Amino acid sequence: MAEIAYWEAIRRAHDEELAHDRMVVAMGEDIGVAGGTYKATSGLYQKYGADRIIDTPISENSYTGIGIGASMAGLRPIIEIMSINFALLALDTLINAAAKIRYMSGGRVSCPIVMRTPGGTAHQLAAQHSARLARMFMSTPGLRVVTPRGPLDAYGMLKSAVRCNDPVIIIEHESMYNMRGEVPDEETFRPLEGAEIVRAGTDVTLIGYNYSVHLCLAAAEKLAAMGVSAEVLDLRALRPIDRDTIRRSVEKTHKVVIAEEDEATVGVGSEIISVIVEECFFALDAQPVRVHAADVPVPYNRQLEKAAIPNADDVLAAALKVLGRV
Amino acid sequence: MNASDQKRLLREMIFYRRFEERSFEAYMERKIGGFLHLYSGQEAVATGVLEAARCGHDYVITGYRDHVHAIKAGAPAREVMAELYGKVTGSSRGRGGSMHIFDPTVNFMGGYALVGQPFPLAAGLALACKHKGTDQIAICFLGDGANNQGTFHETMNMASLWKLPVLFVCENNLYAIGTRIDRSTAVTDQYKRMCAYNIPSSQHDGQDIDAVMAAAGDAIAHVRGGKGPYFIEFMTYRQRGHSMSDSNAYRSKEEERQWLERDPIRIYGERLKKAGVMTDKDIAAMEKSVLEEIENDVVRFAEESPEPRVEDLNKYCLDDQPDPRWIGPLAQGEQHG
Ligand SMILES: Cc1ncc(C[n+]2csc(CCOP(=O)(O)OP(=O)(O)O)c2C)c(N)n1
Ligand SMILES: [Mg+2]
Repeated sequence: MAEIAYWEAIRRAHDEELAHDRMVVAMGEDIGVAGGTYKATSGLYQKYGADRIIDTPISENSYTGIGIGASMAGLRPIIEIMSINFALLALDTLINAAAKIRYMSGGRVSCPIVMRTPGGTAHQLAAQHSARLARMFMSTPGLRVVTPRGPLDAYGMLKSAVRCNDPVIIIEHESMYNMRGEVPDEETFRPLEGAEIVRAGTDVTLIGYNYSVHLCLAAAEKLAAMGVSAEVLDLRALRPIDRDTIRRSVEKTHKVVIAEEDEATVGVGSEIISVIVEECFFALDAQPVRVHAADVPVPYNRQLEKAAIPNADDVLAAALKVLGRV
Repeated sequence: MNASDQKRLLREMIFYRRFEERSFEAYMERKIGGFLHLYSGQEAVATGVLEAARCGHDYVITGYRDHVHAIKAGAPAREVMAELYGKVTGSSRGRGGSMHIFDPTVNFMGGYALVGQPFPLAAGLALACKHKGTDQIAICFLGDGANNQGTFHETMNMASLWKLPVLFVCENNLYAIGTRIDRSTAVTDQYKRMCAYNIPSSQHDGQDIDAVMAAAGDAIAHVRGGKGPYFIEFMTYRQRGHSMSDSNAYRSKEEERQWLERDPIRIYGERLKKAGVMTDKDIAAMEKSVLEEIENDVVRFAEESPEPRVEDLNKYCLDDQPDPRWIGPLAQGEQHG
């Protein structure tokens, strides 16, 4: 068991899957000779060559489409899009094609692609580099959407995603690439479905995904110091959502906070609250509270950016609110 | 061009270089955040093209490497610097930062982060000029890498079809971040791609401002004359990394050295010296005055300006003072059913 960085975990998964199956290729801007914006493919161009580590022009819609087409004929492309903002250019091919081809063909054709992209705010990257947008992909039938919170899932979910026969969207986060965590030395797969209780508790459930899990964990730590036992649930997959794990946790704590870095409207939190209302409305002792970004394009100015994006203290305040302690 | 204009142009380029290098320093001091893309080495392109255009009258639009284009178009340098500092006095009131400089008072319609996004926006600006029957044109500056986006092809077709008054300026600096043009682009001479759209085009040295101005002058005359779009390609080179986090590891030192020899400021300075317009001493004095102006005016303004107020976070999201006639809510009596 070694402690490695998130980007190293992704790199290792690429390396193992490329070695395992000649049909696996990686595609994206600057991933080959330049080694990848987040180093997730560094050294692999030298190892596997230009035919398998494919540097693409800045043509997101079409190179993603090419990846999808190749997947229909047997390849297993891992497509990197430098930022989820740029993935908007590839929405046509992802949503109109990849997500629908299996269905439209009556199950006769599949698109086993993986599209990896970071979504989230980092440090003053301003409105056109700060989209989160997980909510947009999670609303699309035909896709799988996962949000690894640390190196273990980043590694193990990418490996499962490559093997899985569905199109899988992996949403990473700029602020997580250097985060470190333990990953087993032996080959490991992590499931693409299923929420995970990452900290058990009894008084309140804090639900997060992607980076916001870390906000929940930090808030849980502070709550513990105040004598409150918070349970932290990482959704892990936004599509499909693990309704059972959510229900079980709410039936235990009766109080819920949902933390998302994205704006609230038609978002992850709205969906989770709908799930809770449908699954276990009568288990609730208090109105659920959403922690989310301000409803504005993300500003450049540091103070404004901080005000727009939720932090651990916001999660803490929300928890105290559902607990009736404010 | 008379000697005083020549001197002014040289000073402008020295000023732009110093502006960029000074923002580099401010970034290192963490006074500027986010992504910062510097224009050092490419100054002759924006300076020369916009010298040939009618700044403040024509529309200008570009990508994220936008400070110099904005200033040459007429945006006050101090406001551009204040924007890099995220201050409320900045060109975008601190909301946009380095990649999103806007100054509609001089028709500088923005810097955009999404590669290829400005192509259709530029054609749209041109459509408006044509519709209004003015003699304005739209000028779109973008890199070589942008030409592989779908928007490039779609826009060229419509701009040509509709004979829009738009000048596309391709700043071919040979790289899109770390990918060299021949590894991303089937036809490396960008101007040749225009035959597919029936748009006249040409390629020129982007390091020699006289060559830039002459070529841009012809192209602009074509566009303003109602003959439709023109695509002009300038061969150039950025001296720094793509952005602050880039070490240029993918470029050879030899290549960088060769291009440094073709530094546009040096080329022009030498020419003016040969022509007897400037002496070494004049140039040194000019550099000193630029340094002082940047410190005492531009940087000081940025440093001393206030931050936006956090209470104003939602400002500019939508019209702050909408006309209730169009917005509602429905009055009691208006509710049917
Ligand atoms: C749609 C989109 N895809 C990718 C990027 C990431 N990116 C930013 S700049 C750039 C290279 C652009 O190169 P070029 O057009 O030649 O302009 P230069 O930076 O050389 O001036 C890339 C790939 C982006 N900003 N937008
Ligand atoms: Mg370029």
